[in-house]
Amino acid sequence: MTDAPVPAPAPQPSRRRARDTRARRDSRAGMALVSPTVIVVIVMVVLPVLWALLLSFQRIRLLQIRRLDLLGSEYTFRNYDQLLSSSEFFETARTTLYYSVFGTLGAIGLGLAAALLVRRSFRGRGIVRGLLLLPWVAPVVAITFIWTVLLSPQLGFVNAVGTDVLGWDAPIPFLSQEKGTVSLFGLSIGVPTALLMVIIFESWKSFPFAFLFLLARLQAVPGELEEAAKVDGATPTQIFRHILLPQLAGVIALIAVLRFIFTFNAFDEIYLLTGGGAGTEVLATQVYSFLTARNDVGASAAVAMFMAAVLAVLLLFYLKFFGDRDRPA
Amino acid sequence: MSAPRKKWSRYAIEVQALKLLRPLGIAFFVIITVFPFYYMVMLSLRDISAVIDAPGALFPSFSELSTAAYERVLKSSDDGGEGFLRFLVNSAVLAAATVVVTLAVSILGAYAVSRLDFFGRRTVHFLFLSVYLFPPILLAIPLFVAFSKLGLRGQLPVLVIVYVAQTLPICVYMLRNYFETVPVSLEEAGEVDGATRLQVIRKITLPLAVPAIAATGLFVFMIAWNEFLFALLFLVEERQNWTVSLGVSQLTNIETPATTLMAGSVILTVPIIVLFLFAERLMTEGLTRGAEKG
Repeated sequence: MTDAPVPAPAPQPSRRRARDTRARRDSRAGMALVSPTVIVVIVMVVLPVLWALLLSFQRIRLLQIRRLDLLGSEYTFRNYDQLLSSSEFFETARTTLYYSVFGTLGAIGLGLAAALLVRRSFRGRGIVRGLLLLPWVAPVVAITFIWTVLLSPQLGFVNAVGTDVLGWDAPIPFLSQEKGTVSLFGLSIGVPTALLMVIIFESWKSFPFAFLFLLARLQAVPGELEEAAKVDGATPTQIFRHILLPQLAGVIALIAVLRFIFTFNAFDEIYLLTGGGAGTEVLATQVYSFLTARNDVGASAAVAMFMAAVLAVLLLFYLKFFGDRDRPA
Repeated sequence: MSAPRKKWSRYAIEVQALKLLRPLGIAFFVIITVFPFYYMVMLSLRDISAVIDAPGALFPSFSELSTAAYERVLKSSDDGGEGFLRFLVNSAVLAAATVVVTLAVSILGAYAVSRLDFFGRRTVHFLFLSVYLFPPILLAIPLFVAFSKLGLRGQLPVLVIVYVAQTLPICVYMLRNYFETVPVSLEEAGEVDGATRLQVIRKITLPLAVPAIAATGLFVFMIAWNEFLFALLFLVEERQNWTVSLGVSQLTNIETPATTLMAGSVILTVPIIVLFLFAERLMTEGLTRGAEKG
C-alpha cells in the first residue's frame, strides 16, 4: 500500500506555507462535512435531553402542552421528591437492575458458548452462523408475540408439553405470574416467574450480538498460541482458561457495557411481553406509563433523567478502567 | 515435549467429551433459535380451534393448513380485514427514506472523521456516544411534547427524522471503519490530478466503498423496519400511517385469534429475514471490524 501510483506531496521544509493552508483547508472541509451529522444529533438528541432536564423540574401534565411556553415557568424539586419517597420507584429500580445484570450475563454466557462451538469449521457452518443470528435481527414485536403464544397457558406449546408430558398439575401462566414455587429435590424455592421469563427472553434475543463479536475476536486469536499450548499438553479447558479467555477479556468487557446499556434502556421487550405487570415493571416502562397513562410529563422526565444519570456513572467507570488500555503508558 | 498420555488422562477425557458435546451444543443452539420461528409459521397456517384442541402438535396434517389468517390480516379494513397491505407500504417507504437520508448524512460525516483532521474531531465521538447513552424513552418525552405542540406528531416524515438521528451514529461508525481501510494514497493521487475534495469522495472513495455502503444501508433499513417505541408513541392515533410493527402490536387490543397474530408476525418478519440472509456476511463484517483488534 505504500507505493502510490503518483508521488504524494511530501512535506518539505521550504513548503511550510503550503502545508499550513492544506491543514487549514482540511480542517474547514472536515467541519463542513461533519456538520450535517452534528446538527442532526444536536437537534434530535442534545437539545431534547436538555429540555427533558428542564421538564423534570416542572409540574407539567400532557393536557397543558398546547399552552406551554418553551421553557415553562415554575421550577421545583417536587417530581424528584415524590420519586425518592415512593417505594414503588425503588422497587422498579431494583427490578431494572436485576433485569439488566442477568440479561447481560445470560446473553454473554450463551454468546460465548455459541462462539466456542462454531469457531472451528464444519459442514454447514455458514448456515448455522446465520441461523444463530435470527433472534437478534427479527422484529422485536414479532418475537415477543411468538414467545407470548409459546408460553400461553391456554394454547401454548410449552404448557402443552408441561402438562401432557412432564406431568405438571396445571398450566403455568409464565408471563402473568409474579411468584411461583419450584420443587427441586424436595425443596420448594420461590421464583419470580414473569421476571425470570423476561430475563430468559432478553438473553435469547441478545446472545447473537455477543456471539457475533466474540466469534470475530476468536478468529483473530493467533493459531500459534493454541498450537504451542497443545504441544505442551494443555487440555481444551486449560487452553480456554489460560489462552482464549485473556484474549477475549477486552471484548467481553465492551460487550458487557453495551449490553447493560441497551438492556437497561429496553422498553419494547417488557412492554410487549408483560406490559410491565407481574413484577416486571422497569424504569423504561414506568416512564412510558407516567407519560401516557398518568399524563404526567414532569414525573416521567424525572425517571428518565435518573436512568441517564445511572448510565453516565457506569460509563465513567468503564472509561476509567478500560478506556485508556491502548494509550501508551 | 509433550508427556506420554495415558488412556484415561484428563486430556483424553476432555477431548472425547468435547467430541460428543460439540454437535449436541450446536444442535441445541440451532433448535432454540429456529424453533420459535418454525412455530410462528406453523401456527399462522393452522385453524385456531385446532390449535386450542391440540396445542402441543408440531406437525399439523396437510389438509388442516389454511391461509385464512393471512387473508384477514392483509385485507383492507373496509373489507373487514386488518389493512396490513397499507402498513407494509408505510413501513417500506419510512425505512427507505430513513436509509437515503441517513446514508447521505453519514457518508460525509464518516469521511470527515476518518480522513480529515479538524477542530473538534475527538469530541465528535462523545456526541455520538450520547445517542446510545440516553434511553430512547428519554428522548421520546421532549420529542413527543414538541411534535404534539407543532401538530405534526402523526406524520411519517417526522418519524424519518427521529429514525435518522437514532441510526446516524452506528452508520458513521460502520462507514468510518471501512473508509479507514481504503488507502489514502489513492485519494492523494486524485488530488494531485486537481480534483476537489467532493470530487475525490464521489469518484474515488465512494465507488470503492459500495459494498460497505450497501451493508450499512441494509442495517439502517432493518432498524427502521423493526422500530417500535417511536412508532407507538407518534403514530398510534393515526391508523392510516401505522407501520407493520405497530399494526401487529395493536392486533392484541381486539379479540384476535393467535393464528392471526402469528400471520401478522410472519408478514413483519419475512422481509427482514430475507434481506438478512441475502447480505449477512456484508452486514456483520462491517459491524465487527473494530472488534478484531481487541
